[in-house]
Amino acid sequence: MIEARGLTKRYGDKLAVADLSFTVRPGVVTGFLGPNGSGKSTTMRMVMGLDLPGAGTATVNGKRYHDLAWPLHEVGALLEAKAIHPGRSARGHLQMLADTHGIPSRRIDDVLELVGLSEVAGRRAGKFSLGMGQRLGIAAALLGDPSVLLFDEPVNGLDPDGIRWVRNLLKSLAREGRTVFVSSHLMSEMALTADDVIVIGRGRLIVETSIGDLTAQSSQGYVSVRAREPERLRQALEAGGASVVHEHDGSMSVRGLEAQQIGELAGSLQLVLHELAPHAASLEEAFMELTEDSIEFRGESPLSPTDGGTR
Amino acid sequence: MSTGRSLGAGTVSARTVGVAPAPVAQPPGHYKMSGLLRSEWTKMRTVRSTMWSLALIVVLSIGIGAIATAETRAHWAPGQEFGFDATRVSLIGVFFAQFVIGVLGILVMSGEYGTGTIRATLSATPRRPLVLAAKVAVFGVVALAVSEVVAFVSYFLGQSLLSAPAVHTTLSSPGALRAVVGSGLYLCVLGLFALGLATIIRHTAGAIGAFVAALLVLPIVVAALPSSIANSVQRFLPDAIGRTMISLRTDPHLFTPWAGFAMLCVYTAVLLLIGAVTLVRRDA
Repeated sequence: MIEARGLTKRYGDKLAVADLSFTVRPGVVTGFLGPNGSGKSTTMRMVMGLDLPGAGTATVNGKRYHDLAWPLHEVGALLEAKAIHPGRSARGHLQMLADTHGIPSRRIDDVLELVGLSEVAGRRAGKFSLGMGQRLGIAAALLGDPSVLLFDEPVNGLDPDGIRWVRNLLKSLAREGRTVFVSSHLMSEMALTADDVIVIGRGRLIVETSIGDLTAQSSQGYVSVRAREPERLRQALEAGGASVVHEHDGSMSVRGLEAQQIGELAGSLQLVLHELAPHAASLEEAFMELTEDSIEFRGESPLSPTDGGTR
Repeated sequence: MSTGRSLGAGTVSARTVGVAPAPVAQPPGHYKMSGLLRSEWTKMRTVRSTMWSLALIVVLSIGIGAIATAETRAHWAPGQEFGFDATRVSLIGVFFAQFVIGVLGILVMSGEYGTGTIRATLSATPRRPLVLAAKVAVFGVVALAVSEVVAFVSYFLGQSLLSAPAVHTTLSSPGALRAVVGSGLYLCVLGLFALGLATIIRHTAGAIGAFVAALLVLPIVVAALPSSIANSVQRFLPDAIGRTMISLRTDPHLFTPWAGFAMLCVYTAVLLLIGAVTLVRRDA
């Protein structure tokens, strides 16, 4: 469980994170979405106690990071690729972390094998590819067998096989009941991995919801309709509160009513339908819509940054 | 990098389900200083450049002392024994070693910032003053051991090279043991002085610049001052303190060896204290 309450971080004049509150629950993969520079990494560093919040608190399993008795047994994090001394071997890097908690070297062997680095364990990390660096970072995150995991852009630099591997790993970690918090700017990736999403823009919370609700709520979803008497149906739909757009191919795109409601309405008026096809918004579209809103808001009223913008 | 290619994700993914089904039972209490000390020692020994630098200090410092004493013996002139400080000549390698040990002390801290390792370190052990204390302890012990080896080997080798007609001292000569032990202590504390600088400055190049400025540039600046001022100021410089510590002769303008050493310890303590405060207050 990760909880942020009113997290705020300022770098000079720039407000990187503003009054951010959210909860990341165990047992699911929670995606942390936002455009580049929206404050995802800063937020994760504040959760890890590396950056100090200007206001607000972040807790892990109910405690501030600083107060954790055995941090590696409670939290594992991959914050940036290759945050490793280039002259130190993969095993040396894990060893120096294991030493702080008295973790046996058997566990180092286990996590090295888990991420597929056993054969290069003795090689200097400076010679590692970005993908191997990511794998070593993941090994370090898993070293203490923690119940909470944070991954900042974990698929960066990975090939398609590696991406699939990370996706499966995140899901299996969540299935084991762990809290899994993953940032990404790749919406399509999150659609395949995450159960819950927290979307931020310009350091502010935009929405905290499940993946399913995010796409369902988006106005980008619509129902494509063809009818024998399109004009009569259009009038009826608009009377029912929907907005209707005629498309070039003769179909109508209906927003504001579900497919089932449209069908019922047409039936009650004895109008014949030739097509009734719901189109859910993709996560990508839902995300673009949400973050556009936040950016528009920022542009329009720079003097009142406390209202609007969230949800 | 053929192994890089063979990191087939497919073979790995089959194992992911069994990451660790049963969470490891947490040990009682919380993480301890002994773990931090072990970790710092691991950091030091697992980076080859550190071990190479330590070897460099030992070999070159002893070698410089040996060359200096052998040269002195080879060109020995009658009457040279007046005012000749045999102990100092054999320990001259200290003036070389001080730069290497300073750079090593700097890298103990700035190396973590330069590579991003500091974030892994502070994630494992978020109590930052403890991290600094562990670094000071481990580097201090290693630096002291290496420095005393350099001092004693340089001394004995140098004195044996100063065969008759040249004069030499023994450890029982007045002040000789103090100079030998003192030069090791000087190197060790100077290394910690550099570590303190690096904790404040965090960048390797910047910290090395500040360290070299304190050791080399300050004496030049002070020498340019009017002699009345220079004479009362120069005794405070680390460089002057080092010179008194390795020699048997005393200079009326400088502190006595132990008073100078106490000054150096005060500087180092102040730097480490400021370093601890900045370490706690700044983002990692």
